[in-house]
Amino acid sequence: MAKEKEPLFSPKNIKLLTNPINVDNPITKQVLGICSALAVTVKLEPAIVMAISVTAVLAFGNVIISIMRNSIPSRIRIIVQLVVIAALVILVDQVLKAYAYDVSKQLSVFVGLIITNCIIMGRFEAFAMANKPWPSFLDGLGNGAGYAWILVAVAFFRELFGTGAILGWQIIPQSFYDMGYVNNGLVILPPMALFAVATIIWIQRSRNKELIED
Amino acid sequence: MQDLVNIFVKSIFVDNMVFAYFLGMCSFLAVSKTVKTSVGLGAAVIFVLIITVPVDYLMNEYLLKPGALVWMGKEYASIDLSFLSFIMFIAIIASMVQLVEMVVEKFSPTLYASLGIFLPLIAVNCAILGGSLFMQQREYESVAEATAFGLGSGIGWFMAIVAIAAIREKIRYSNVPAPLRGLGITFVITGIMGIAFMTFMGIKL
Repeated sequence: MAKEKEPLFSPKNIKLLTNPINVDNPITKQVLGICSALAVTVKLEPAIVMAISVTAVLAFGNVIISIMRNSIPSRIRIIVQLVVIAALVILVDQVLKAYAYDVSKQLSVFVGLIITNCIIMGRFEAFAMANKPWPSFLDGLGNGAGYAWILVAVAFFRELFGTGAILGWQIIPQSFYDMGYVNNGLVILPPMALFAVATIIWIQRSRNKELIED
Repeated sequence: MQDLVNIFVKSIFVDNMVFAYFLGMCSFLAVSKTVKTSVGLGAAVIFVLIITVPVDYLMNEYLLKPGALVWMGKEYASIDLSFLSFIMFIAIIASMVQLVEMVVEKFSPTLYASLGIFLPLIAVNCAILGGSLFMQQREYESVAEATAFGLGSGIGWFMAIVAIAAIREKIRYSNVPAPLRGLGITFVITGIMGIAFMTFMGIKL
């Protein structure tokens, strides 16, 4: 037992957690998991629920795959990964149906689509298949958080400008409406999510020149 | 017949997979750099959707949905297996993709050469699973309707990816602000195309 044990929160592990939140963000840098990110961001509440669900599936899936990584034959690994994800997603779906039925109705097919969310497959392939369970768990949490903040940011602005409320609480005061302010109906429509993400990418890349493509 | 045409046209234009639901965005953004490859991927998506949506429809109708097992006998009528649908659908999609790959390789090597690399990618394309889940949610009445929906969504996705690839080929010559280059501008273009597609909203045949 001469081998020194690596501390749980060594600098390397902290990096696993924080990198995906900014420079290595799954959505703006790795281009993974965009489908669901755009579709559930009309309101803040479903976006938060979606972000938590994806983070949970990603973190625990990463751990499971990482534990099994040495016994999965590489030819059938995609199927194995899909089965692990599908089992976890079924759990999430049943929990949502039991405790947050309204949100689960709003998310409709997108809970099921976590299965084909490329973030999860992508992290399994790129990280969990080659690393120990604990770093994989942190990597899952980090990527989940990176995904979550984009979702929440987009949903925040869309709900604020689209309905004048946050989580159902009226934020823009009635006096504004009396003066002639009107909710921006365009923000609610699907294409605006794309513009919002494009703006985030724009801001992020102009602050961090390394991320600029050719 | 009219219903079929209606579902078909609606799933191409009004409920376009890409512009209305953002399904299959990952491969949509990753593969749309040239028209040639995007035609290959688009064709493969149509191909797989036409097969998986009806098969998943039959699965749902005779195995998964509440009361579906009644053909086995009266005592099975109360069984509801719908919680299994995710795992069932994804298993069917993965195996169908494998099967399609083998069949195409055997009978049409030229088609295989052009679709080849894209077929395995498709198993994890959200548009395919999304097609099956929407089919389940919208409760189509017959296999024909489900097939029309699958074909329509496939063609809608094909159109979207070919159009965006054509625009991206041209945009290489324009002077896009550096931070927006690549991914950013593609998002903006997709958004603008999405707005254009919204003009189809409310069309009924």
